[in-house]
Amino acid sequence: MANDGTVIPASDDEAAEIVREAVAKGTTLEIAGGGTKRGIGQPFAADRLLSAAGLTGITQYNPAELVLTARAGTPVAEIEAALDENGQMLAFEPGDWRGLFGANGVPTIGALAAANISGPRRLIAGAARDALLGVRFVNGSGEAIKNGGRVMKNVTGLDLVKLMAGSWGTLGLITEVSFKVLPRAETETTLVIHGAHENEAANLMAAAVGTSAEVSGAAHLPEGVAGRSGLGDGAATVLRLEGFSESVTARLGRLKAALPGAANASELDEAASKALWVKIRDVAPFTGGTKPLWKISVAPMAGHDVAAMILREVRGEAFHDWQGGLVWLQLDDEGDASAAIVRSAVAKCGGGHATLVRAAEDVRAATPVFQEQAAPVAALAERVRAALDPAGVFNPGRMVWNGGRKAA
Amino acid sequence: MNQIRFLDPRPDIVARRDEIRAGLAELVPADCLVTEERELVPFETDAFTAYRRVPLAVVLPETTEQVAAVMKYCSANGVPVIPRGAGTSLAGGAIPQEDAVVIGVSKMSRILEIDFENRTAKVQAGVTNLRISDEVSADGFFYAPDPSSQLACTIAGNIGMNSGGAHCLKYGVTTNNLLGVKMVLQDGTVIELGGKALDAEGYDLLGLVCGSEGQLGIVTEAVVRLIAKPEGARPVLFGFDSSEVAGACVADIIGEGIIPVAIEFMDKPAIDICEAFAHAGYPMDVEALLIVEVEGSDDEMDAVLRKIIAIAKKHNVKRVKESQSAMEAATIWKGRKSAFGATGRVADYICMDGTVPLGQLSHVLRETSAIVDKYGLRVANVFHAGDGNMHPLILYDVNDPEEAEKAEAAGAEILKLCVDAGGCLTGEHGVGIEKRDLMLHQFTETDLNQQLRVRAAFDPSWLLNPSKVFPLDLEMRKAN
Repeated sequence: MANDGTVIPASDDEAAEIVREAVAKGTTLEIAGGGTKRGIGQPFAADRLLSAAGLTGITQYNPAELVLTARAGTPVAEIEAALDENGQMLAFEPGDWRGLFGANGVPTIGALAAANISGPRRLIAGAARDALLGVRFVNGSGEAIKNGGRVMKNVTGLDLVKLMAGSWGTLGLITEVSFKVLPRAETETTLVIHGAHENEAANLMAAAVGTSAEVSGAAHLPEGVAGRSGLGDGAATVLRLEGFSESVTARLGRLKAALPGAANASELDEAASKALWVKIRDVAPFTGGTKPLWKISVAPMAGHDVAAMILREVRGEAFHDWQGGLVWLQLDDEGDASAAIVRSAVAKCGGGHATLVRAAEDVRAATPVFQEQAAPVAALAERVRAALDPAGVFNPGRMVWNGGRKAA
Repeated sequence: MNQIRFLDPRPDIVARRDEIRAGLAELVPADCLVTEERELVPFETDAFTAYRRVPLAVVLPETTEQVAAVMKYCSANGVPVIPRGAGTSLAGGAIPQEDAVVIGVSKMSRILEIDFENRTAKVQAGVTNLRISDEVSADGFFYAPDPSSQLACTIAGNIGMNSGGAHCLKYGVTTNNLLGVKMVLQDGTVIELGGKALDAEGYDLLGLVCGSEGQLGIVTEAVVRLIAKPEGARPVLFGFDSSEVAGACVADIIGEGIIPVAIEFMDKPAIDICEAFAHAGYPMDVEALLIVEVEGSDDEMDAVLRKIIAIAKKHNVKRVKESQSAMEAATIWKGRKSAFGATGRVADYICMDGTVPLGQLSHVLRETSAIVDKYGLRVANVFHAGDGNMHPLILYDVNDPEEAEKAEAAGAEILKLCVDAGGCLTGEHGVGIEKRDLMLHQFTETDLNQQLRVRAAFDPSWLLNPSKVFPLDLEMRKAN
């Protein structure tokens, strides 16, 4: 990364001024918060690094309103502590991905929005983009823009909030976010079904989420991954229930009755359940290395087929969250992400998309990190990008593969 | 009454009317094209009936390909297009104009696939909201967004307005329950966004399309999420001596970590009107009513209701009525769901849709009364307290022009009040033409110009649903 320096604005106005200056000089900016996810995306070069780390602090939070507004550079830990004090949480259960990248920085709330990072509870409580109610950002013309707000129902104008979520800093510098928050559950438990094969697990998870038990996490950890997660030998299919204790007990009874095939099952108490879902949330089974890591998003029932199809051709390991609709797949060969095999499997199993979340820089440079889109959608996305950042100031080329040419 | 302006019909298009109608006739079967003046009249407005404009033609295609052909033709000929679902918009979002072709999706009303294992339904966009839930109910599932017009309104319209309903507090609005669409862009290109997977690839264009009020394209198919029905649901009624106390009770319920599936609020005028109409058994000696609904098995509901009733008692609740049967529950909801219709029997009204942060409910209710008093009018408040979506109904006489003007002015003041309290102009009805000119109260010109540039990425010729959402002079400046 050829940065000639990092700029840390202390206000929206300063940030806007920096962007206007970059446009005037024809230079580019890399956008970052705590810098813990800089290794995600196509490798690209920018002239300077524009950091949101100086825009900090919770600006508005009244627990009875179920909304929290904070400056984008506020550490996630600070947000979570404030929510915890009031018995509340970010319901989309964002993962801490530092372990995946060996990063030491401080993850920020703005980055959760920009990367749309959601954990196991996404299944029932929505993604980060669903909880994100409002944003302020500086666009590529150096204008401070407000969109959305602090209310749960809002159809006032175009929803640029959704657009900013998951745009990886390519559309603007997010300076403030408002997230919907929810009460933390009083307690939780996890039903662990041991030894189910992949197909069987898919059926069990589908049956479980099809009951009225309000399963708030449904994952399948194959043998090996299950062992490393402290669930003993053999595969484990795990189903989480959260809520008031009497309700959790009642729903656990209903869930077990609805899964007659799950004879070999055990239950985790609150502490063990919490610890397990933090591991799943943070993709702990695949931390501590640099092997290629894919995040594959498909129809829930297709997850196990996709993984099986890929792993017949290349060596690696997978586990499944979101009822099977989210496959985390780590490949053994550090030098090859096998993108063609991965994406062909996704296409053959009903479609979806695969993102190469982690790989060495040269591997990412040789691979479309984000799934390439059908031509008319890609053209539309490019027009939308240009409507926000006409000069191409922000994170140039991070989301679009240039065919493997060396970054300028 | 101050008439809301529309863009001037393009004289060249109006002059070519016969040629355009003939051109459309070549693209769709005869029974899919409406050009008879008499038959065009039903399409001259939607549920915002104060404004009417007869369109140049109405096309009711049967396939995505036909929509694409018509869009391509209109694009090539510079003809404005007005997308239409069931025409239930309360904001004038589907009102056409004389140079425009209405494309209605009502004939595309098939359910294409129900997939219980992946919990999705793939439907044509003209299917009505309630039909999806009806289709999957026997198997224990439902489609969550439930706008009051759910019997008539289409999924296409729901996507256009990001519709909500009474149960959003727990299940979210349309955008949270929509997984994918097939849509036709202004130039006739057909694209697909999303699918059965839970998150989007690339930019979240699906999220952008949802709530775009028909200005980014025409949705012809949608994949929506199905949710497993709860074991049971039970509403309880609380009557309070004042709106403030009712509001404080709502804040406390949520503060205690309880998220009921719905919390509905009615003030005294709304209680009187609904009770007279629906005989729901609402208490008549209270100033404010809450309907709080919880879900689960009987034991679970008992447990949660005990907690909620204890909170209400702390607020000196005057009347508590638990429903003891499914019939009683239905009666309680009948009163609430008929609120708009019942109000329409006693007076004409305009319904506002501002949304405010929950902590501002009491303040906004007080100020709303003051505003309406100032104009010498009456107001009935019935709204979704759990999500801050206010629905003050301003009562007036439509045949009294002076009163009508006052009602409109009071409505505008109330919406500004909502914005000033940290909220927004519209929670679920959309901006349409109704609230278009108030947009600059909520947004700066810079904010709106950014939205217009994004809109232009989809519709560079400004032909899709013109005169809606954005102040007219901003739209015209961008378009020229």
